Amino acid sequence: MSVISYRQALHDALRGEMLRDDDVFLIGEEIGLFEGSYKITAGMLAEFGPKRVRDTPIAEEGFTGAAIGAAMLGLRPVVEIMTINFSLLALDQIVNHAAKIYGMFGGQARVPLVIRTPGGGGQQLGATHSQNIELYYAFVPGMKVVAPSSPADAKALMLAAIRDDDPVLVLENLALYNTTGEVPDHDEPAEIGRAAVTRQGADITVVAYSRMAAVALQVAARLEEEEGIDVEVIDLRSLRPLDRDTIVASVRKTNCAVVLEDDWLTYGIGAEIAATISDGAFDWLDAPVRRVAMAEVPLPYAKPLETAALPSAADAITAIRETLDAVARRRPS
Amino acid sequence: MLLAFYRQMVLVRRFEERAARAYTEAKIGGYCHLNLGEEATVAGLMAALEPSDYVFTNYREHGYALARGIAPERVMAELYGRTDGVSRGWGGSMHMFDVASRFMGGYGIVGGQVPLATGAALAIDYRGGAEAVVCLMGDGTTNIGAFHESLNIAALWELPIVYVVVNNGLGMGTPVERSSAEPELHKRASAYRMASARVDGNDPVAVFDAARVALDSARAGRPYLLETVSGRLKGHSVVDPARYRSRAEAEALQAADPVAAYAVRLHEQGVLTDDLIAGIDAEATAIVAAAARFADESPHPEVATLFDYTYATSVPNDSRRLPGEALFA
Ligand SMILES: Cc1ncc(C[n+]2csc(CCOP(=O)(O)OP(=O)(O)O)c2C)c(N)n1
Ligand SMILES: [Mg+2]
Repeated sequence: MSVISYRQALHDALRGEMLRDDDVFLIGEEIGLFEGSYKITAGMLAEFGPKRVRDTPIAEEGFTGAAIGAAMLGLRPVVEIMTINFSLLALDQIVNHAAKIYGMFGGQARVPLVIRTPGGGGQQLGATHSQNIELYYAFVPGMKVVAPSSPADAKALMLAAIRDDDPVLVLENLALYNTTGEVPDHDEPAEIGRAAVTRQGADITVVAYSRMAAVALQVAARLEEEEGIDVEVIDLRSLRPLDRDTIVASVRKTNCAVVLEDDWLTYGIGAEIAATISDGAFDWLDAPVRRVAMAEVPLPYAKPLETAALPSAADAITAIRETLDAVARRRPS
Repeated sequence: MLLAFYRQMVLVRRFEERAARAYTEAKIGGYCHLNLGEEATVAGLMAALEPSDYVFTNYREHGYALARGIAPERVMAELYGRTDGVSRGWGGSMHMFDVASRFMGGYGIVGGQVPLATGAALAIDYRGGAEAVVCLMGDGTTNIGAFHESLNIAALWELPIVYVVVNNGLGMGTPVERSSAEPELHKRASAYRMASARVDGNDPVAVFDAARVALDSARAGRPYLLETVSGRLKGHSVVDPARYRSRAEAEALQAADPVAAYAVRLHEQGVLTDDLIAGIDAEATAIVAAAARFADESPHPEVATLFDYTYATSVPNDSRRLPGEALFA
C-alpha cells in the first residue's frame, strides 16, 4: 500500500497497462506534448512515443470514432476526452456505434475501448464546462460506465476498464484529482458491475457515486462522531450495470435511504436509485427516499451562485437528519 | 475479368429485385435500400480489393456484401431476420457484417462508418500491416462533420484508407447541387491535401482501374478520395416512389442503366453473346431464388438469445429483464 493521489492512481494504471500490453495506446487532445489538461498522462509521450500517445486534432467525433474502429481491429485504445462536456460532440460515435457494434452485428466484433473523462463542477468553469452528464452514457445498454470515488478505485476500475472487451466510460472527477488515499501497489482490477459498501451502518443507507461517494464518507464519519448516527454508505462505482441488489439489501436493513448525486435531479441517476428502492424494499421503507442533487440551472460562474447550486456535505447532513426525523415520526415509540 | 464483372453486376441486379419483391411480400421489414444503378461501381470496386483489405460502408450495402464473397443466402437470410443471416438477424438490411471477409459493416447512421474506417486504418498503421481500408459513403455524406474530421485525421496521420463517395446524384430526395456548396465532391479532398479523382461509376473497368490507383496510394500512406458517379434507378428505399424526380430524369436514368449498357459494350467487343447473356441471367436468377428459399427456411432467432449480445465480457448485474417483468419478485 502507498498513499497516492487519485490523479497518480489513474496515471499508474495507464502506465502499467501500457507496459503490460502493446495493444494499449492513448489517444486524445493535448495528452502528449501538453501532458494532458489535468496531467494524468504526464511523462507518457516521452516514455512511449507518439505512436502510443497520440495527440489528436480538436475533433472529438473523429478521434473517438477512430478509436472505436481501431478497437474493432483488436487494439485497446484509451481515449481521453478533456472533460465530459466535450463528449457530446462524440455522442453519435459512442451511443450509436461503440455501444451498438457488438450486438448489432450479432457478436462478431468487440469494441475494447476506454473513454476516460472528468465530470464535475465547483471550479467556476461556467455552464458548459461543469456538467455531470454521465447519465447519457449510463442510459445505454452496450455501454459500461464506472465512476471511481477514491484513488484505490481509480486504479482498480481503470485496470478493469482497459482489460474489458466492451466500451467502458470511466468517469473521473475534477474535484477528486488531488484527493489522496491508500492504493495497493500490485495491479488488482475491480469487478465492473459491483457496488461497494464503503461503510457499514445500521441507521440509514446513503447511496452515492464519484465525488458524492467521497462526501458521503466524510459526512458519515462526522454524523457518527457528533450525533452517534450510524450511516451505511454505498458507493455505486458502476453506473451501468447497476448493482441493485446491494442497494436493496442495505435498505432492507436500515429501512431508509438518501441518495447523493452531482447531476440534476429530474430524470437523474438518483431517480433510478429511488425507483430501485421502491421496487425492492417498499415494505421495508420507513420514510420516502430523499435525493440530494444539483439545482436545476445551467451552472453559474459567480462563486456564491455556483456554491449554492452544487450539492454539499451540509445538504447531505440535512437530508439525512430530516429522513431520520421522518422515520422517528412513523415508528411507534 | 470483363465477364466476371458482368456476372457480378447481374447477380446484384437480380438479388436487389428479389429483395424488393420479398419486401412487398412482408418477408423483409424495416428500411431496405437497394444498389440498383450502382452495380458497376460495386463490381469494379470490390474486385480491386485484396481479401485482407477491410470494407466499411453505409446501409446501401447488399451488393457490396455479395461482391465481397459473402454467400447470397446469408445476405438474404439477414434481410429476413433469421439466424443464418450474416449478422445473425440482429442487423437487418442496413447492418450486414462478416468478420471472415473483413466486411466491417453496413451502418445506418449517415457518416457513422467514416470515423470507424479511419480508425481501422489507424490500427493497420499501428501494426505496420499492408492492408488497406475502403470506406464507402454516399454523396450526401460528404456534408457530415465526421467526414471532414476523418479526412483531416487520415491525411495528417498518413493512413492506408480510400474514401469512396458513391455519387448517385441524390441524398434521399435532395440533389447534390442543393446540398453541397462544392458539388464536384472529389475536390473536397483538396482541403486536406488528399489526392482524389472522379470516375464514371457506370463503367466497372474504369472503377476498377481507379480503385487500384487509389489503393496503391493508400497502401503507400497517402489516403485517397475516389468519387464514382452513377445513378439511383429507383427510390431512396424500397418504399420510396421517388415522385420528386421528373419523368424525363427517370427515363434518362433507365437509358443509362449500367447493366444494360455494359452488356451492349461486351456484346460489341464479342465477349458476350445472346446465349451467354441468357445463361448468366438464368444463373443469377437461380442463385437468388435459392437464397430466398434458404432465407425463408432459416429459423427465427429464439427469444432466449435476446440477452446474448449486449456485452462481450460478461458482467455482474447485467439486466436480463423482459418489459413486463418486475425487478424484484
Ligand atoms: C445522421 C443521419 N441523418 C439522417 C439520416 C436519414 N438518411 C438516411 S439515408 C439519407 C441520405 C443519404 O444520402 P447519400 O449519402 O447520398 O447516400 P445514398 O442514400 O444516396 O446512397 C438520409 C438523410 C440518417 N440515417 N442519419
Ligand atoms: Mg446519394
